[in-house]
Amino acid sequence: MVTTTSPIKAESRDLNFYYSNGHKALKGITMPLYEKRITALIGPSGCGKSTFLRCFNRMHDLYPGNSYEGQIVMHPDNTNILDNGVDPIEVRMRISMVFQKPNPFPKSIYENVAYGLRVRGERNKRAVDDKVEEALKGAALWDEVKNRLHDLAFNLSGGQQQRLCIARALATDPEIMLFDEPTSALDPIATANIEELMSELRNKLTILVVTHNMQQAARVSDYTAYMYLGELIEYDDTDRIFTNPSRKETEDYITGKFG
Amino acid sequence: MTTQASVLANLAEVRAMIRRHKRNDFIFSIIGLLALMVGLLTLLILFVDLVSDGYQRFNLEFLSNYPSRRAGNAGLLSAWVGSLLVMLVTFFSAVPMGVAAGVYLEEYAPKNWFSDLIEINVTNLAGVPSIVYGLLALSLFVYGLGLGESILTAGLTLGLLILPIVIVATRESIRGIPVAIREAAYAVGATKWQVVFHHVLHYSSGGILTGIIIGMARALGETAPIITIGALTFIAFLPPSPITEAAPFINFEWLSSGFTVLPIQMFNWLSRPDHAFHINAAATGALIIVVTLLMNGTAIWLRYRIRKNIKW
Repeated sequence: MVTTTSPIKAESRDLNFYYSNGHKALKGITMPLYEKRITALIGPSGCGKSTFLRCFNRMHDLYPGNSYEGQIVMHPDNTNILDNGVDPIEVRMRISMVFQKPNPFPKSIYENVAYGLRVRGERNKRAVDDKVEEALKGAALWDEVKNRLHDLAFNLSGGQQQRLCIARALATDPEIMLFDEPTSALDPIATANIEELMSELRNKLTILVVTHNMQQAARVSDYTAYMYLGELIEYDDTDRIFTNPSRKETEDYITGKFG
Repeated sequence: MTTQASVLANLAEVRAMIRRHKRNDFIFSIIGLLALMVGLLTLLILFVDLVSDGYQRFNLEFLSNYPSRRAGNAGLLSAWVGSLLVMLVTFFSAVPMGVAAGVYLEEYAPKNWFSDLIEINVTNLAGVPSIVYGLLALSLFVYGLGLGESILTAGLTLGLLILPIVIVATRESIRGIPVAIREAAYAVGATKWQVVFHHVLHYSSGGILTGIIIGMARALGETAPIITIGALTFIAFLPPSPITEAAPFINFEWLSSGFTVLPIQMFNWLSRPDHAFHINAAATGALIIVVTLLMNGTAIWLRYRIRKNIKW
């Protein structure tokens, strides 16, 4: 079992998820996320790890016909964020997300980071300026862009764009940040930068990261969950998952016999 | 040795094959070029023909004179002012409605059999003959709503005519926005309206503008529906000016004024027996083509300008 001193930030309870075509993509997932810890989701393609991640900010609500069963409860307020009475927009204001491919808006660097604040109706220019600077510093991008904040975002390199997306997600002070294979489109140096950044963000917030790269999970995460065919096979301390997993399936996947 | 010989034989065969395939390339490029030329040359010949007939009338008086019984004095003043005012009404009726409808269909409408039905109908509307719009407008605008044979009626009719063009252009360019960009906006907590207003409209504006201008260019040349609703063919006055010298500096009397437009003036001149009027008609035709080309050119330029700043 997991050894931790950290309180639970959010937990999924017996979560099932169905796509609009009827496919049951998640089967009874029960799993906690610990506060200010990094939890990694690993598993072969199509195992449901991205689907699970996208439940946390109700991304599936954007497409008609998808349905959830079960709960994701956030602490300390005990809100079930999958409840019909909870607005997905409220959930997304608390839980932000970084995507697989860097997806900056075709706007300036500044506007990209400030967008979350604009959505919240923040009009005070000083406040926005300060927040943008803080977020860019938090995403280790400030020094590279401080002299060209009003350049278009797509003039940045891929790694910088991804850090910009992290800054955008950071600017609104989220409680949890979701990373959906954040380095799969990046070169090794940019990947190392992002991983280092994630370790630093761990001091501020709770992180859930999907990765197809097992070394990455081993390097950055505190806890690791192995999923297969929509089920949670094993969830434990990252060290234990990678050195002494208790399930045979996990061991086969970790050692490369399968997947 | 035998292997070397077979390699050489094989190589010769490969080269012969490549030559054959390249010949197909060449043949198709010729066919394509010919097909393109048929279209372009026809337009060019038409234009040259109009210009060679009408060039004597290319002067300022032609634009500043009212129509007249004497061909040499007749001008286009009331026609081009009429066209301009009608286009103004068309723009302000078709653009807000078309863009709103396109955004609704693409972003808000639930996807079911009903929205499919609407989609088919919108596409169909674009293919309805323009004279049918004229008949509709005659019974709806002229008699039903009592708007009379006015600039307002003509503008609304043409607005209706290009509405499907604007809707389709809006939808097409909205569809070009990648899902990743939308999700990025939703993920920071944007509402649907914020996504539409801050992103969707912004990034699709190039395509939407192109659709609007192409629609307007089509409306400029439309004749049949305007005749149906009873545009005048000979008017020697201008509608009241939309801008006045005294406050509130703007008036809407012109909306209910009688009018004529460029293609109708042209039609009128063409139907006269006197050859001198045919020269005027040719000059008008050339003018319409030039304005249309300018509008389409603007559309291309605008699209290029806006796309330059957007990369996914």
